[in-house]
Amino acid sequence: MTSLSLTAPPGVVTASVMASDLGCFPTSEQYVDLVRSFKEDGFEMCVDLCAVDYLEHLDRALPDGIVATRFEIVVNLLSLSKKQRVRIRVQVGDESPIIDSLFSLYPGTEAMEREAFDLFGVLFRNHPDLTRILMPEDWEGHPLRKDYAVGKIPVQFKEAPGPR
Amino acid sequence: MSDETVRVAERVDALVVETSEGAQGLQPRRRTDTDELGREVGAVLRQSGLTLDPNDVDYERRDDETMIINMGPAHPSTHGVLRLMLELDGEFVLRTKPVIGYLHTGMEKTGEVLSYVQGGTNVTRMDYVSPIANELGYSMAVEKLLEVEVPERAIWIRMMMAELNRIASHLVWLATNGMDLGATTMMIFGFRERELVLAFFEKTTGLRMNLNYVRPGGVAADLPDGWEDDVVLICDTIYERTFEYDELLTGQPIFRGRMVGVAPITAEECLALGVTGPVLRSTGVPWDLRRSMPYLAYDQVDFDVIVGTYGDNFDRYAIRLNEIRESVRIIRQCVEKMPKGDYRTQDPKVTPPPRARIDESMEALIHHFKLFTEGFHVPAGEVYSAIESPRGELGCYLVSDGGPKPYRLHVRAPSFVNLQAVPLMMRGGLISDAITVISSVDPIMGEVDR
Repeated sequence: MTSLSLTAPPGVVTASVMASDLGCFPTSEQYVDLVRSFKEDGFEMCVDLCAVDYLEHLDRALPDGIVATRFEIVVNLLSLSKKQRVRIRVQVGDESPIIDSLFSLYPGTEAMEREAFDLFGVLFRNHPDLTRILMPEDWEGHPLRKDYAVGKIPVQFKEAPGPR
Repeated sequence: MSDETVRVAERVDALVVETSEGAQGLQPRRRTDTDELGREVGAVLRQSGLTLDPNDVDYERRDDETMIINMGPAHPSTHGVLRLMLELDGEFVLRTKPVIGYLHTGMEKTGEVLSYVQGGTNVTRMDYVSPIANELGYSMAVEKLLEVEVPERAIWIRMMMAELNRIASHLVWLATNGMDLGATTMMIFGFRERELVLAFFEKTTGLRMNLNYVRPGGVAADLPDGWEDDVVLICDTIYERTFEYDELLTGQPIFRGRMVGVAPITAEECLALGVTGPVLRSTGVPWDLRRSMPYLAYDQVDFDVIVGTYGDNFDRYAIRLNEIRESVRIIRQCVEKMPKGDYRTQDPKVTPPPRARIDESMEALIHHFKLFTEGFHVPAGEVYSAIESPRGELGCYLVSDGGPKPYRLHVRAPSFVNLQAVPLMMRGGLISDAITVISSVDPIMGEVDR
C-alpha cells in the first residue's frame, strides 16, 4: 500500500477502495501517463477494463476534487512481481464520452475497449479497430447504457398479437 | 491510408457507416491500418517498434497473392460459435481475426435486473463448463460488499467443489482436444470420467450443469450422506486414469507431432495481452491465483503450480493433465480436513430461516418471503474480486447502489481475453494447426460472449 501511494504522480487523486486495492482517480488528461507510470513501476498486466454508466447516480461518493460524470472507465492493473492490484477510475464525460486508448501500452486492452465501445458507446482515441464486438454490426444504440430499456427490441419468437 | 480505412474515435459519423458494413471481419490489406495489421499478424510486442523486422512481418504483401477464408461460426472444431477469418498463403496462415458475439445474450444487462439472490442463476451460465468458478467469483464479490463471514465448512465445500469442477473442465478439454486431433478414444474417455464428477454434482446440488450451488453467504445445500466415499472413489478412479491418458497421448508420435513446438507464445506476449491461466503458465510464469493471491483456504492445502517451458501446445496439454492430478491432491486434503458446522452463514440478512420455522412463525414466513421477492440490500460500493478458473483469472466487478440488485455486473472472462492470443499463435502455422491452436486456448464461447 505505501509503495503504491508513492508511485502515483503528484496531482492524481488516490483513495483506498475496497478489498485493500488502491484506487486512483485521474482526469482524462492524466490517465494514460498514470497508467504508463504504473506499467514502468512493475504492473505488467492490464487485467480488466470496463465502463459503468452512472446515469442514476451522478451524485455518488467520489474523493474531493473529482467531478462525477455519467460514464466511468474502470481499469484493473495487476503486478505479478508485487502481487498487487490497482484500480483506476476515470470520468469520461456525459454526452459523447471519449478517452485515449491504452492499446499502445497494453495490447490486450483491444478487445476490452471494443466491448466498452460496443455496449456503452465510449470512444477510444488511437484504438486500431473500433468496431462492434459483441453486438451485430448494424445494431443501433449501446445496450448496456441505463437509458436503453430492457425489452426495447421485439423478441422474434414471442406470440404474435391477437386479432383484436 | 485511404479515407475508407478511417475507423477512429474522432469521426463518429464515419464510425456508424463503417461499423455497419462487415467491419468486424478481416479486411483486405489496403483497408487495414498498420496497428491493426500488426495485431492480426500477431506482432504484439512490435507495436512499440522495438524489434520490427520488415522481413518477418510481411506488411507489403498484395491482396491478390493471398486468400481470406472464413472458419466457423458453425465449425465443429471451434468449440461453439467462434468464427475465425484467416488470410492464407497456400496452406500457411498469415493473418487471423477472431469474430465473436454469436452467443451474446446480454447476460451483464440481465444481471442488473436480477436480485443478488437470483444473480447466481445468471452467472453460472456464462462459463458453462465450469459453473462453480463463476458462482464463486460472483458470490465472493457480493460477500466482500456485504462484509459477511462465510463459515469454515462452506469455504472447504466450495474449495472441493471448485476443484472437482476444474477436473471436469480439464477433462472436457482433453476430450475435445483429442477429438480435434482425431483421437476419438480420448473423446470417449474424457466424457466418461467427467460423468463421475457430474453424477456427484447431481447428487449434491440436484443439477449436472448450471448448478447455482455457491451462493452469497455459503452454499445451497450440505454435502449428502456418504459423500466421502463418492469423492474418494472419484479421486482414485480419475487419478489412475490420468496415467491411461499418458499412455494414450503423451508418448504417441502422431499426437506429439501435432503438439510439440506448435503455436509457441512467450511470457512477454502473454503479459502484454493479459493472457492468464494455463496459457500463461505454459510459458514458465508461475502465476496461479490460488497460490499467488490465495482465496478460500488454498493457503492451507499442499499443491504444486504446474508450469511449462516452451509455451507450445504440448506444454499447455501437459499443464492441464497435471493440474487434474494436483486437483485430486487438493480434493483428498479437503476430504481429510473438512470441518464440521454450518454450510451457510447464519446471518439472517442473507440466509432464509429454516424450513421448519416457517410453519410455526409468521415472522419467519415474512422474512422468507421478503428475501426471495425483494432480496437483500447490499451496501453501496464497488468491488473487484478474482479467482483462478480453469481458464485463467475470472474476475467479477460489481457496483452496488445500496439496492437489492447490482447496479453493474461485469465479469472479466478469461476466455474473452485469452482469445486475443490466437492471431499470434496462428501466424506462420499451417491451417490444420489452427484447430489445435483454438483448442489449446480452450475458449468457452458462453463466457466470451456473455
